[in-house]
Amino acid sequence: MAKAELTLNGKKVSFTPGQTILEVCQQNGVEVPTLCHLAGTTPTGACRMCLVEVKGARTLVASCAMPAGDGQVIETESEKVLIARKLNVELLLASGHHNCLTCEANGDCKLQALAYQYGVESVRFEKSDRYYPTEDDNPFIVRDFSRCILCGRCVQACNEVQVNRAIGFGYRGTEAKIVTAGDQPYINSDCVFCGECVQACPVGALTEKKARGKGRSWETRKIRTTCPYCGVGCQMWLHVKDNQVVKVTGVEDAAPNYGRLCVKGRFGYDFVQSPERLTTPLIKVRGKFKQATWDEALDLVAAKIKAARKEKGANAVAGLTSARVTNEDNYLFQKLMRVGVGTNNVDHCARL
Amino acid sequence: MTNSIGEMEDCEVMFIIGSNTNENHPVIGSTLRRAVTQKGGKLIVADPRRIGMVRDATIWLQHRPGTDAALINGMLNVILAQGLQNQEFIDSRTENFEAMKKVVAGYTPDKVSEITGVPAKDIIAAARLYAGAKTGAIFYAMGITQHTNGTDNVKNLANLAMVCGHVGRPATGVNPLRGQNNVQGACDMGGLPGDLPGYQKVADLQARKKVAAIWGRKTLPAKVGLTVTEMMDATEHGEVKVLYIMGENPMVSDPNLRHVEKSLKKTEFLVVQDIFLTETAALADVVLPSAAWAERDGTFTNTERRVQRIRKAVDAPGQAREDWWIITQLAKRLNQKWDYKSPKQVFDEIAKVTPSYAGISYARLERGNGLQWPCPTSRHPGTPILHAAGFARGKGFFTPVEHQEPAETPNKAYPFTLTTGRILYHYHTRSMTGRAEGLNQLAPECEVEINPADARSLRIKDGQMVKVASRRGAVTAKAWVTDRVAKGVVFMPFHFAEAAANRLTIGALDPVAKIPEFKVCTVKLQKA
Ligand code: SF4
Ligand code: SF4
Ligand code: SF4
Repeated sequence: MAKAELTLNGKKVSFTPGQTILEVCQQNGVEVPTLCHLAGTTPTGACRMCLVEVKGARTLVASCAMPAGDGQVIETESEKVLIARKLNVELLLASGHHNCLTCEANGDCKLQALAYQYGVESVRFEKSDRYYPTEDDNPFIVRDFSRCILCGRCVQACNEVQVNRAIGFGYRGTEAKIVTAGDQPYINSDCVFCGECVQACPVGALTEKKARGKGRSWETRKIRTTCPYCGVGCQMWLHVKDNQVVKVTGVEDAAPNYGRLCVKGRFGYDFVQSPERLTTPLIKVRGKFKQATWDEALDLVAAKIKAARKEKGANAVAGLTSARVTNEDNYLFQKLMRVGVGTNNVDHCARL
Repeated sequence: MTNSIGEMEDCEVMFIIGSNTNENHPVIGSTLRRAVTQKGGKLIVADPRRIGMVRDATIWLQHRPGTDAALINGMLNVILAQGLQNQEFIDSRTENFEAMKKVVAGYTPDKVSEITGVPAKDIIAAARLYAGAKTGAIFYAMGITQHTNGTDNVKNLANLAMVCGHVGRPATGVNPLRGQNNVQGACDMGGLPGDLPGYQKVADLQARKKVAAIWGRKTLPAKVGLTVTEMMDATEHGEVKVLYIMGENPMVSDPNLRHVEKSLKKTEFLVVQDIFLTETAALADVVLPSAAWAERDGTFTNTERRVQRIRKAVDAPGQAREDWWIITQLAKRLNQKWDYKSPKQVFDEIAKVTPSYAGISYARLERGNGLQWPCPTSRHPGTPILHAAGFARGKGFFTPVEHQEPAETPNKAYPFTLTTGRILYHYHTRSMTGRAEGLNQLAPECEVEINPADARSLRIKDGQMVKVASRRGAVTAKAWVTDRVAKGVVFMPFHFAEAAANRLTIGALDPVAKIPEFKVCTVKLQKA
């Protein structure tokens, strides 16, 4: 495709027609702050954080929504831009009740980070007196619209990323709010609890119920793994604190899920911590399970296998391996059956 | 899958048959819905139920359960009658076309409409839409395979794709969506009675010799082993004396549960290795505690053949140990000189034994987004799209398929057709989701989907308890009166041990794949 050229902070750079100014900036390592921008969705230009100055334009432009043009001269950090952005952050802070101390998103909030970056120390505007009761009558998601900055990322995530179409903008003007059909709580709506809106929310308006009070973002370790449920194999981060998984998020920019997860992958992790977990080998004695050591249990199993083999041959032993465990476990299991026992009596429930 | 998930966003026409995608593979469901709503793709859904994907479908074919083969033949008939096939592809890349053509000639839209209950004009429209696309992809799951003619169904979908040449290019192909996280891997690793790792056949002397050499043995057992269902018979009759079950719960997942229960109870010595005391483990003589997914390292292989890492994040409770460790300890007691110290070491051996995994290593998986097999060498980038240059066996083979009625068809005594499956909030036998806080709250109990007209004639109200009985057993569950199901059809999820749908299902097997016919059996209903 034909390349075009523009001047970015005094440097000539080329771009592919059709790209937005924001994309050209990102491609050239020029950082432009964004709040509402969500990869893979239609730009809305709602938050106006990504303002840049295009020479000749009457006003500052939202770079996420503006196509790059041949010969444009763009400044991303001009005084005008910086002042506008700071003002913007102040307005957003004034629009709700942003008390970081008690907020679950503290340390993981884009608005907080931008306030710090642009040196917003106090808010010069009268704070909004909008107050919404917190909604937490579902098992997974807490909605606190007193902290909502109406960036619309959750709406984009629900409608364009997951295509669950459970939420949208409702009401008008100062009454504007994110709503489900009929402004019902999530639990009575079309919401399927994929949690994509929570992952997309840049502030503390949407947070995970199960993670509440379990640790601040800077206290947790993130470990990348693969979802244990269905065959999609979504890539996820396990957020761990004190030997406990406290939260799961999707890995952005990675196949096959590109950040998305479903309700099972995102919220179904705590079976690992269940008090019902088996913690020792068990041997049944007269119909009742007794705790045993590994040696006792394994010796018994080996003895029974040997006895059966002696009496009726190796095919008197059979094994079911599992579509749930790892390749390594499956490989060793069938190897055990084939060479340790000496039979091909190995299958799993793939058919089921 | 022959193709990859990500590329499907740009698919022009998607044909979903026998897959409740947005509940069972939710993120693939999202990908396909994005293809429709963001990229203007078109969707055809064939399903007896008005599943979630129907909302975005241009055409919904609501066929009678068990008539998939006839439906596909109808589409093939239209494509050939109207000359919409990709003749160049057929001539150069396939064989046995004429035989298939002859069979489908008998399946005119009118005849197929009679068999399936789908209006002829919809069959024609679906065939034209799929055949006319630049990129057409087929997606299927258990709704296609869990039938006595499941193997035929799969072959017929291949017929459909090949006739249109929708194979071997991006956003095309025949794409089975595998149910459990590592079904693909379990098969790849040789967790099958007739297959060594990498689908090298037990019956093939050369393959046995090759693998035996790597394992330091002279020979390997040559007799093909028993399948799950055959194992259950064999334990019942005392031919199998020791049964070792790792991470499976056939007490809820198997068809015809009464039979399984009887077999497992009769098993002389039952060993179960799991993370919970499942319904199956409760019957065991020895229970071995496993480490759970977040407590270990290893790899899973997803439905698009992508090998991906899992990583240890937390410690296992008490004395629970990783499965590979347990198996190794047992092998030592069976006189094997095994010395595996980590999953990585096991994986290195997998790569030696399994040709399609030969180029994959933990080091490569550490960078990038996993690797899709076949990946034969350490420089090979992996294979996102199968059959790009040709089919494994040289040419694609058309297998003519005839319609075959399911093993049970409704009659006076059992007037309803029961079909089973999964729901969004639970997974398989619920041994995990049943213990995840919240998921249970959203879907606490089994609900039987019943059409409003049937409910009315049986005087069953929404939310009432109903007794569902087949020739094999009966369960009681809550009625959900909904037009998601057609008249005469009821649906039950199989997750719930308390109302185990598999007390009702039939043990009839597909003769080749030995898959039970979960998707169709007949039942009667009455208020409980
Ligand atoms: S949880 Fe998922 S479905 Fe529910 S509102 Fe959020 S994005 Fe939409
Ligand atoms: S809830 Fe969060 S993501 Fe949604 S509009 Fe408000 S601030 Fe943005
Ligand atoms: S997050 Fe959902 S869609 Fe993704 S692998 Fe897990 S269960 Fe499947």
